[in-house]
Amino acid sequence: MKNINDITPIIRIKDLRKSFDDNHVLNGFSMALYEGENLVIMGKSGSGKSVMIKCLVGLMQQDHGDIEIMNKNINELDQDDLNNLRTEIGFLFQGSALYDSMTVRENLKFPLRKRVIDPVEAEKLVLEALKSVGLIEAIELMPNELSGGMKRRVALARAIILHPKIIIYDEPTTGLDPITAKEIIELMRSIQLKYGASSLIITHDVDCARVIANRMILLIDGINYAEGTFKEISASKDKKIQAFFK
Amino acid sequence: MIKLFQIPDNIKTFFIEIGELSYFAGRFFKELFSRPFEYKELLRQCYYIGNRSLLLVAVTGFILGLVFTIQSRPTLMEFGAESWIPSMVGISMVREIGPVIIALICVGRISSGIGAELGSMRVTEQIDAMEVSGTNPFKYLVVTRILATTMMVPLLIIFGDAIALFGSAIVENLKGDVSFQLYFNRVFNALEFSDLIPAIIKSFFFGFVIGLVGSFKGFYCKKGTVGVGEASNTAVVYTSMLVFIIDFIAVFVTDIFY
Repeated sequence: MKNINDITPIIRIKDLRKSFDDNHVLNGFSMALYEGENLVIMGKSGSGKSVMIKCLVGLMQQDHGDIEIMNKNINELDQDDLNNLRTEIGFLFQGSALYDSMTVRENLKFPLRKRVIDPVEAEKLVLEALKSVGLIEAIELMPNELSGGMKRRVALARAIILHPKIIIYDEPTTGLDPITAKEIIELMRSIQLKYGASSLIITHDVDCARVIANRMILLIDGINYAEGTFKEISASKDKKIQAFFK
Repeated sequence: MIKLFQIPDNIKTFFIEIGELSYFAGRFFKELFSRPFEYKELLRQCYYIGNRSLLLVAVTGFILGLVFTIQSRPTLMEFGAESWIPSMVGISMVREIGPVIIALICVGRISSGIGAELGSMRVTEQIDAMEVSGTNPFKYLVVTRILATTMMVPLLIIFGDAIALFGSAIVENLKGDVSFQLYFNRVFNALEFSDLIPAIIKSFFFGFVIGLVGSFKGFYCKKGTVGVGEASNTAVVYTSMLVFIIDFIAVFVTDIFY
């Protein structure tokens, strides 16, 4: 049987540093995401979680450190190669980030523009993604006609439409009521089972982490302060760690 | 170290902003000629910018022509020069008043709209979402909007001029008993290519800055929803100023050549 250290990670971050003037947000953060796993990164608000994922997908330039996605160093890629790599990643934004001027169908079709797909196949993919999140009936609606939970579901459908190898969730349950949050977590689990994608989940929701994490990292003071399973970390006696679970 | 003089912060910010706007314009020209071309979005923007401004431009142009003629009629009558009204209105409308007033209307309608739209897309992470999905948001959102305004504003100005002349013709018809045919004969006899061409050329520049400044302010919008309002507001102020500066340069250059 293969040891986890022998497997090449699908995402590898080494010694990531990022500062904004005198504010050192990331101070040497490192992590690896392996194929098929759900890795949760937890941290307080302003701890640099969102900065880290923005660096990860090339939306922000880090000051120092290496980021490799599927064995490709993203800082060595030209714009076309980076865009091609991005089609392998599904991204669920905190505020859903649906395009206001487009219907749900057009929102879902948008990521398909980069692939040469005939209209019949594109429509099939849209319907399949919407079916996965249980929102077929919303296909003609505009984003302003959707509730917060529905928006998050549509955004999730958009993130999985190209059957990505990696799905990044930025605070998937923030701003939702507990019942809807639970539904979204269930949906994330079912999507992971259906598509087998590796998931990187950024959250400060302990319930979300408990249900979904195979492994988790605590991001404190810009570094990976603790790493392990939910059970291992929640059992820690460290005060900084305990503060999350109180 | 003693500083001989300190540049005030607002002057520094002004020059930094000019530099950033120039870089933004340079990026537009670079991306304009690179593939893929977003024809569909360009057509959609032309529709939104052109078609949806038609009524506003028509109403403004009509009232402009009407009021201009009513106001100038008594003065010209004192000198027995009311027969000059069509040529005077025609030349001033085509050369100067039409392009500048319609451009200012478009600044309020289009530039602020682009600033607010792109600004809200920025603060709600829609632009980031576009980038993450592998689409170049600058090309998709900015290039198409600047191109659309550059193409549509001159058409709106020509349309506004025509409506203004029509408004003026109505006044002349009612008050001066001048037929429409006679009115427009006098207008076209007075107009020359040297009136038309500089006006059309400058209207392309007006369209360009309307799209450029609106997109620039919206695309780099910060500070959440407050920033969206700021982007829309400053887009109007900057673009209005630029319209007058371009107009001044255009008049200056035209004066040299004609």
